[in-house]
Amino acid sequence: MGEKILDITGLKVEYHTDGAIIYAVNGVNLSLYKGETLGLVGETGAGKTTIARSIMRILQTPPAKLCGGSINYKGQEILDLSEKEMRRIRGNKIAMIFQDPMTALNPIEKVGFQIAETIAVHNKITKAEAEKRACDMLEMVGIPMERYGEYPHQFSGGMKQRVVIAMALACNPELLLADEPTTALDVTIQAQVLEMIQNLKEKLGTSVILITHDLGVVASCCDSVAVIYGGQVVEYGNLEHIFDHPTHPYTIGLFNSLPKLDSGETRLKPIKGLMPNMKELRPGCHFCERCNDARECCKTLSPETVEISPGHIVKCHFAKKEVESWPHSLKSNI
Amino acid sequence: MAPLLEVEHLKKYFRAGGDRQLHAVDDISFTLEAGKTLGVVGESGCGKTTLGRTIVHLIEPTEGTIRFEGEDISNPSKKDLRRLRENMQIIFQDPYSSLDPRMSVSQSIMEPLLLQGKLSKAECREETLKLMKVVGLAEDYENAYPHELDGGRRQRIVVARALALKPKFIVCDEPVSALDVSIQAQILNLMLDLQEERNIAYLFVTHDLSVVKYISDDIMVMYMGHMVEKAPSGLLFENPMHPYTQALLSAIPVPSIHNRKKRIIMQGEITSPINPKPGCRFAARCRYAAPDCAQAQQLEEVERGHFVSCCRCHEIKKAQAYQTN
Repeated sequence: MGEKILDITGLKVEYHTDGAIIYAVNGVNLSLYKGETLGLVGETGAGKTTIARSIMRILQTPPAKLCGGSINYKGQEILDLSEKEMRRIRGNKIAMIFQDPMTALNPIEKVGFQIAETIAVHNKITKAEAEKRACDMLEMVGIPMERYGEYPHQFSGGMKQRVVIAMALACNPELLLADEPTTALDVTIQAQVLEMIQNLKEKLGTSVILITHDLGVVASCCDSVAVIYGGQVVEYGNLEHIFDHPTHPYTIGLFNSLPKLDSGETRLKPIKGLMPNMKELRPGCHFCERCNDARECCKTLSPETVEISPGHIVKCHFAKKEVESWPHSLKSNI
Repeated sequence: MAPLLEVEHLKKYFRAGGDRQLHAVDDISFTLEAGKTLGVVGESGCGKTTLGRTIVHLIEPTEGTIRFEGEDISNPSKKDLRRLRENMQIIFQDPYSSLDPRMSVSQSIMEPLLLQGKLSKAECREETLKLMKVVGLAEDYENAYPHELDGGRRQRIVVARALALKPKFIVCDEPVSALDVSIQAQILNLMLDLQEERNIAYLFVTHDLSVVKYISDDIMVMYMGHMVEKAPSGLLFENPMHPYTQALLSAIPVPSIHNRKKRIIMQGEITSPINPKPGCRFAARCRYAAPDCAQAQQLEEVERGHFVSCCRCHEIKKAQAYQTN
């Protein structure tokens, strides 16, 4: 494993809205190495996007409030940087691909200009040079550079997403945050886009945090996975840990909820209930209401994170026991 | 006995300015038996939603016949349509916009019952509470409004509303696409339970191929308004014959790290369906395109119940078998 480029410890983010506080991120620890792709998996409202936005420092404050923790990017504390210093990093060293390509582009600017602008802001080069590099970026993502002067509405969804990716990669960032980059796209276009991110990653050595709710996407392009639930990392490990030895009941539930292509199953086994309301911080495990194996202690005591095998971390009271006693029904389904 | 639903040569063209016509649904035929599910898959813009809407007459077909229980319903009168709608319902994709924000849960579910006019108000309410129980909504939510509920519960209201008149056929237009996987599984199971209990037939429109395999008896693959392949669910996944189906299936990301398959990356995207040329519409993106593909394609039954619309499918299959050996 190479050099550690990102280290998040104890990150806490709250949203303060009219009379209510939403505890979106509650003590997240994550680290990312150079050239690694980390998948953040979880349901709507789990806090995945909030984590990414905290790294980019683009949380809207208020309502958002960073309540603690640290984000260390190559020895620099991101949360302590001034806005001016942050602007030098944002879009340059750390870039983000947003979920919805339809709204991430400015409808009244030419797509080529939108890419060139990023380049011009971060590099001391002439306008012509920036344009030249923007053209190269377009070609790299498979859009002919003759389309430099066109507007977003003239592009299809897949092409817009490629423009957004070109924009994010324009300054050769060291860290790319991809927030559901393919959710709005068809499977065939998704395959194109994932293939492209993979190729570019190999070519430029970028580290990627890929946010998704699709375990299929994770399996095809990540090195390690963090499963997020209720603003916490409930399970963390490399692909093999998560896909072959899922241990947290939520991770297992996620796999069981997916219709599988290669089995003749007749009924899915969904996770019962719904995501907890994050307006109150419960003392116990956030997943306990939906967990089939919950016991008394789950309701009152927040579980510790346990390292059940090197690099495989689980936040569950029974993680150790589960490893021993779970090769039965649940595992055989995966 | 006639099948529940027969669709023959159904066409829906939209005017696209001047003499340009958008071929949204082009010559689609199929039959659906009571209590069965036909899955319709394809990329956005392939006409799958239009197909569903045309069948329940939310959009009038341009050409073709639709028969429901043997009765021709291609051009129903307003009166007939009302009667038909008792038996044909639709569930829309987005539970956020298909419910009236000013109507409470029970009002939404009760509306079709009141409009039908067969039951008294008290009976309607009783029926509504029964329906809420069937779809797994607690009675406490009777007076709640959609904005107070999450996506999964809202989709349950939509399902309850569609069930209110005891339909025999429901068009499900991407009913779970807007939901998280854990909730999606809950709704899919609910729909299967209801089908078993009430013998409802579904036309299940979706772009999610693993969902469609799970829920369907037969699957139809659409590309730019055409049906390119149709087969029983298992057969389609075991033996896809059309190059488009093959590419589509290979593009599904599989949540497993062991059987990684080679993805077929298709070049380009779905092209414009306005005044398309005759011949195979997939040819522009097809790896196996040949001059013959410019001819109109015939639907061929390659094995029992398995229809393919590709003149080269046997050749391609042979070549692929040769390659793997």
